[in-house]
Amino acid sequence: MKKKSSAPRQSLGNFLPKLVVAPTFVVAVIFIYGFMFLNAWLSFSSSRLLPTYDWAGTIQYEKLFANDRWWVAAENLMLFGGLFIVICLLLGLFLAIFLDQKIRAEGAIRTIYLYPMALSFIVTGTAWKWILNPELGVQRLVREMGFESFTFDWLVNTEMAIYTVVIAGVWQSSGFVMALCLAGLRGIDDNIIKAAKVDGASMPLIYRKIIIPGLRPVFFSALIVLTHIAIKSFDLIVALTGGGPGFATDVPATFMYTYSFTRGQIGLGSAASMMMLMAVAAIIVPYLYSELREKKDEH
Amino acid sequence: MSINRVLIYSILSFVALIYLMPLVVMLITSLKDLDEIRSGTLLSLPQSLNFDAWGKAWGTACTGVSCEGLKGYFWNSVLIVVPAVAISTVLGALNGYVLTKWKFKGSDLFFGMLLIGTMIPFQVILLPMARTLGFLGLSGTTSGLIMVHVIYGLAFTTLFFRNYYISIPNELVNAARIDGAGFWLIFWRIIIPVSIPIIVVSVIWQFTQIWNDFLFGVVYSSGDSQPITVALNNLVNTSTGIKEYNVDMAAAIIAALPTLLVYVVAGKYFVKGLTAGAVKG
Repeated sequence: MKKKSSAPRQSLGNFLPKLVVAPTFVVAVIFIYGFMFLNAWLSFSSSRLLPTYDWAGTIQYEKLFANDRWWVAAENLMLFGGLFIVICLLLGLFLAIFLDQKIRAEGAIRTIYLYPMALSFIVTGTAWKWILNPELGVQRLVREMGFESFTFDWLVNTEMAIYTVVIAGVWQSSGFVMALCLAGLRGIDDNIIKAAKVDGASMPLIYRKIIIPGLRPVFFSALIVLTHIAIKSFDLIVALTGGGPGFATDVPATFMYTYSFTRGQIGLGSAASMMMLMAVAAIIVPYLYSELREKKDEH
Repeated sequence: MSINRVLIYSILSFVALIYLMPLVVMLITSLKDLDEIRSGTLLSLPQSLNFDAWGKAWGTACTGVSCEGLKGYFWNSVLIVVPAVAISTVLGALNGYVLTKWKFKGSDLFFGMLLIGTMIPFQVILLPMARTLGFLGLSGTTSGLIMVHVIYGLAFTTLFFRNYYISIPNELVNAARIDGAGFWLIFWRIIIPVSIPIIVVSVIWQFTQIWNDFLFGVVYSSGDSQPITVALNNLVNTSTGIKEYNVDMAAAIIAALPTLLVYVVAGKYFVKGLTAGAVKG
């Protein structure tokens, strides 16, 4: 008797959880996977001002690869991304190591290092645009201090403008790496360090042989996030340099935006975004693979 | 204090000064008038506390074609953020609850599918989304932006709640189930009361992401529906008229205030959200 009465309830119980996640499932299928597919299709179509879902083969990719501006953007991404990631990681690590020395006012200093992360890239870009302004910014400041021939015009210099993006980007994101590293440092077993000290190992040696290798997983996640930020970076460049002078600081994200939304080259824009997806996939797939393998090993 | 300690403190303080400098520069520039800006330098202090630039940034500065300051756009952002954060957090909590306490065949696969949604560059979905919003009649509307933010925030909020609920012992849920409690009762009486910390993390993360968003805002909004980041960029990058750096800086601070406030008030949870979003899975 009892079994009978609980049967319908159980089937409802089995059904309800699925019903609750169903909207998210549908949303993910359509808006993540469906859209990715549509975008891929667009990149193989002849779309210009309006999207058309025909098949034009690899025309858009051929156009993309023949476009000088695309190669400037791709090169800028490598340059900006490489420097941004390396400097953030090193700076973050060093700040974390220094902060880990039982510093008074650690909380306050940590807060200062991390606050730029709360700001939008548009605000960051606006602030640095003003600081790096050759007429009124840092250049003027140093000249007023008596160094009258001091020149710092990177912001308007075609060759150097991309480095100003690195400066602003590092200012924004290095505190985040510091926070990750600091958490990692606190997670390392003190006993191992004490034992090494007893054995007569010097502090630099302990850092090199025990602590930094122990931070590997932290570095790894920081690397993934920073790469992701670099490839997606759009707002910072729009606000800081507007992609200029000319298109000297274009990156794939600004290239995609310009061609898709202001130049009416939708096919080309979607091809560019597919290249960005490939770049992210090249980083994420090995990461996921190693994560999953690690989890399997634990069992 | 040894030489080493002095060195460490000096380096840390010096770096702290450099990190603080942009904020200080923004603040003092916003309090100067244009003559002071032209005659002084980046770091010279304003002669008096002059809030004219703030008033102008808020009420009368030109952002593109209209000259009504940032106030309308500030409220746009509020109108977008509040529902988008609420909806994505509620759905994330429910998803996380199901994915840990009511697992079904394929639920892990579903979670993996969603995770990828946190990693794709949004440029890949920009064009189809623009088309879809047009099709739904939501182009250039606040509701359209809310929808976009909810959709692409769901993966993150689900991730947060799922990772949090996995540490709540299943025995707790199973015991309640034996006592006859159902899906919703368990959710309200057992899960939600212990979820406050992760709700805070999710709300802060989503609030910061959506308030600071520029890409979706610039692509999917127009004119009166623009969020504050887009308006700020329009204000700073207009080429007409005299460049009013003090107004630019006041506007930048206004755009930054809500997230800065969240950071100052709930810094611990802010960092938690940051690291939870970073260390996926």
